[in-house]
Amino acid sequence: MSGAYEAVIGLEIHVQLSTRTKMFCGCELSFGDEPNVHTCPVCLGHPGTLPTLNEQAIHYALMIAAALGCEVPPLNEFARKNYFYPDLPKGYQISQFDKPIAVGGSFADVGITRAHLEEDAAKLTHVGASGRIHGSGHSLVDFNRGGTPLVEIVTEPDIRSAAQAREWAQLLRATIRQLGVSDVNMEEGSLRADGNISLRPEGSEELGVKTELKNMNSFRFLERGIEAELERQREILESGEAVVQQTLHFHPEDGSLTPLRSKEYAHDYRYFPEPDLVPVAPTEAMLAAAREAMPELPLARRDRYIEQVGIPAEAAATLAFQAEYAEFFERALEAGDGASAKAIANWVTGELVAALRDAGDVDPGDSKATPEAVAALAGMVESKAISHGSGKRVLSKLVADGGDPAAIVEAEGLGQISDSGELEKIVDAAIEAEPEAAEQVRQGNQKAIGRIMGFVMKETQGRADGGAVQKLIRGRLGAG
Amino acid sequence: MASELLELTVARAAERIRSGELSAGEYFDAYREAAAGDPLNAFLWTAEGPDEGGAGEGELSGIPVAVKDIFCTEGVATTAGSRILEGYLPPYTSTAVKALREAGASVLGKTNMDEFAMGSSNENSAFGPVKNPWDHARVPGGSSGGSAAAVAGRLAPCAIGTDTGGSIRQPAALCGIVGMKPTYGAVSRYGEIAFASSLDQCGPLTRDVTDCALILRALEGRDPMDATSVGIEGGVELPSREDLKGLRFGIPRELASDAEGIERGVRGVFESTVELIERLGGELAETELPHAPHGISAYYVLAPAEASSNLARYDGVRFGPRADGDDLTEMYERTRHDGFGDEVKRRIMLGTYALSSGYYDAYYGRAQRVRTKIAEDFARAFESFDFVVTPTSPTVAFELGARTDDPLAMYMSDYCTVPMPLAGIPAISIPAGLAEPDGGGPELPVGLQIAGPAFSESGMLDAAHALERAIGFDSVPGGGS
Ligand SMILES: [Zn+2]
Repeated sequence: MSGAYEAVIGLEIHVQLSTRTKMFCGCELSFGDEPNVHTCPVCLGHPGTLPTLNEQAIHYALMIAAALGCEVPPLNEFARKNYFYPDLPKGYQISQFDKPIAVGGSFADVGITRAHLEEDAAKLTHVGASGRIHGSGHSLVDFNRGGTPLVEIVTEPDIRSAAQAREWAQLLRATIRQLGVSDVNMEEGSLRADGNISLRPEGSEELGVKTELKNMNSFRFLERGIEAELERQREILESGEAVVQQTLHFHPEDGSLTPLRSKEYAHDYRYFPEPDLVPVAPTEAMLAAAREAMPELPLARRDRYIEQVGIPAEAAATLAFQAEYAEFFERALEAGDGASAKAIANWVTGELVAALRDAGDVDPGDSKATPEAVAALAGMVESKAISHGSGKRVLSKLVADGGDPAAIVEAEGLGQISDSGELEKIVDAAIEAEPEAAEQVRQGNQKAIGRIMGFVMKETQGRADGGAVQKLIRGRLGAG
Repeated sequence: MASELLELTVARAAERIRSGELSAGEYFDAYREAAAGDPLNAFLWTAEGPDEGGAGEGELSGIPVAVKDIFCTEGVATTAGSRILEGYLPPYTSTAVKALREAGASVLGKTNMDEFAMGSSNENSAFGPVKNPWDHARVPGGSSGGSAAAVAGRLAPCAIGTDTGGSIRQPAALCGIVGMKPTYGAVSRYGEIAFASSLDQCGPLTRDVTDCALILRALEGRDPMDATSVGIEGGVELPSREDLKGLRFGIPRELASDAEGIERGVRGVFESTVELIERLGGELAETELPHAPHGISAYYVLAPAEASSNLARYDGVRFGPRADGDDLTEMYERTRHDGFGDEVKRRIMLGTYALSSGYYDAYYGRAQRVRTKIAEDFARAFESFDFVVTPTSPTVAFELGARTDDPLAMYMSDYCTVPMPLAGIPAISIPAGLAEPDGGGPELPVGLQIAGPAFSESGMLDAAHALERAIGFDSVPGGGS
């Protein structure tokens, strides 16, 4: 965003907790099982059934509260959110309303309004062309998901750009993943994000009319959806018209936004305290247990990487905020193999990230290139046993087939050319082949050295040590 | 022989069965036959025989129990008196019924009731009204009218029901039997179809106070399936008291002398019972519950509010009859239109309105504050008194149809019984005598209500036992019309 308007963005994040059982009954959580096998009279809403509270869900919610720096009020209470829908077997969702389990936190410079516990709805499949309930012939309900514990995190409108929203959400995801309380998988829906979006004239303290944006089921879509909505609002405002408060559905296929029919969201939920449950008063012991169960979180980990491990800030953040890579890095660091932390960090955040992305977004945990192998590779390059170029070739081999880097170097003949006589011959040949560049170097143009270097590297298939080659060229051309 | 069996109390019958004097099968059959003959429309379903695996070694071994059709029984139709649950076979059994079976009892049948326990006359049942065994032209009270009529009419030795605003005590009074609403949380609500969750409580309907204690003893207990259940600490003692020495009874003037609408005959029986309390050594004094008169108003906001939410699950999607519709909304509307009766619809509307945004504070919020005030009134009274006593119902059994067109008059039936569930405290109704209705006619039962602090059930049963002996109520319904 540029120009006269400032973006004001708040997020609502739903996190499915990975407890053993559902929020209010003993059914096991599942994903991908045959429909309606994880059900019981309670989560099917049979007459006479009552909810009972899942203590593990409370514990997990308290861990999230601690990670987000929230305050835990002395008492939290469940409430009924009433509306009719086939995915809601009781005709109400048990949620928290005016007494949530956590309030008033701050996480990575974004204020946390509240975090509350609730149960997930069942999964609806609308049979018919549109995939939406309107116009579909009939719908199928799978109650396996119904009753899964959710924590909803609501932020203050402190986010100022779509990119910041994505980065923040990614950091939140990494943090929750680190807590071990959720699978935080956006495609599977265990992490869901909605955005509250508005614009205001720069410098203004008042909030503009906001819209709610739904269905952003990846971080990329989150950023694109918010960007599209900011653009839409800016066009409206610049043409002198007013933004209408509404809920919008983002279509990732073409980046379009369509308003939800008012019937689909304009509810009077008639909240009232859930009489079937008693209020929860978290004890000092419960709070202590939540704090003690917390592992090192991404923000703290980044700081440790910078301050104690000695990694540049950017690489430290890249590693620390992506739990999969942080785990990979720590294992590589442990294996060591003579490589410095910085070298390992560079290989992991640079070449490995790119190689795994090219291999089809492979999770580093599933990578054929093991942390031990990458550490060994980093060590070989750092000690100049092989060149950086050769290192890259070894890494692509590792990503494709796995194996031991030393063996690959041996088999492919990638070892650094250590015979200085052999290297001198190749340098001489290069100077002969690039007379123009050689003349420029002689006259003091250091940049031209690259051309000659390139020839050498091509000839040696990257097996030459760049530093040594440069020294040789300069010596031959009398350029220092 | 059979008719003599039908006069035994539960305690006596259980004793005879234990000693081998009476066979459990013979006793059950006597009741099965009586219940199958049912001249009162009290039963919606009767068992073929004792529960399999029942008749164990417990205190209620061999005892048949009539169960209000609001308790889920696995594989046995459970309707809550509503068309919307016609044909519904629950996949599980309520904790209360399980507890009775564990004590050795068997389900004799499922009893008729006001639809979803909403009513004070049993005329709101989708399956026809229940008749009062004392006069078949009169109502048995409600909503546990089928249970009360069955016990009074010798179709069952004992029964369980639910009380939300008086639904056990009022029909017990109108049918001349004992009925108790325990402290909220004493008995599990799991498997008891919800009307108003913060008020509903399961309790016994029996011929005498000892039987009431026996049934309550089996029912009470903390249930992990009900987060609001706590049981009764120390359990329930069987009553043995023969006097009331050392006990202080308060008479709340708002629910007795100052109360409007209490029939002359009811007032007379109440006054003579009060004298009896004094003769038994009890101390008596007038007290006050200043907010009790607002109980009905608060109740008719809170109970419908909770009901409007509790009854949302009857949508035709997963169980019960489903009406056709062109779309989802029409299917919902038709299913609920066809399935619910007028009173249920009225309360869903009331409750939905009371919870609506913009009205919540004025209705639900204010009613909750009244509820707190009523609880505080009782707490203050119990600083000076062990129990308070009131008439259970302002009137004796009224004629069928007399109040069906006047919901407000019907709601006043619960005037004396509503404050206790609002405060969560226990109360018992025992038969205190017979009285003519204000309009004249044959004498009908009058109930005395004793209410006490939370979890005072054992002491309350003890006091009720002493009073019951002194009253010596031995009238038996004559039936007819
Ligand atoms: Zn379940």
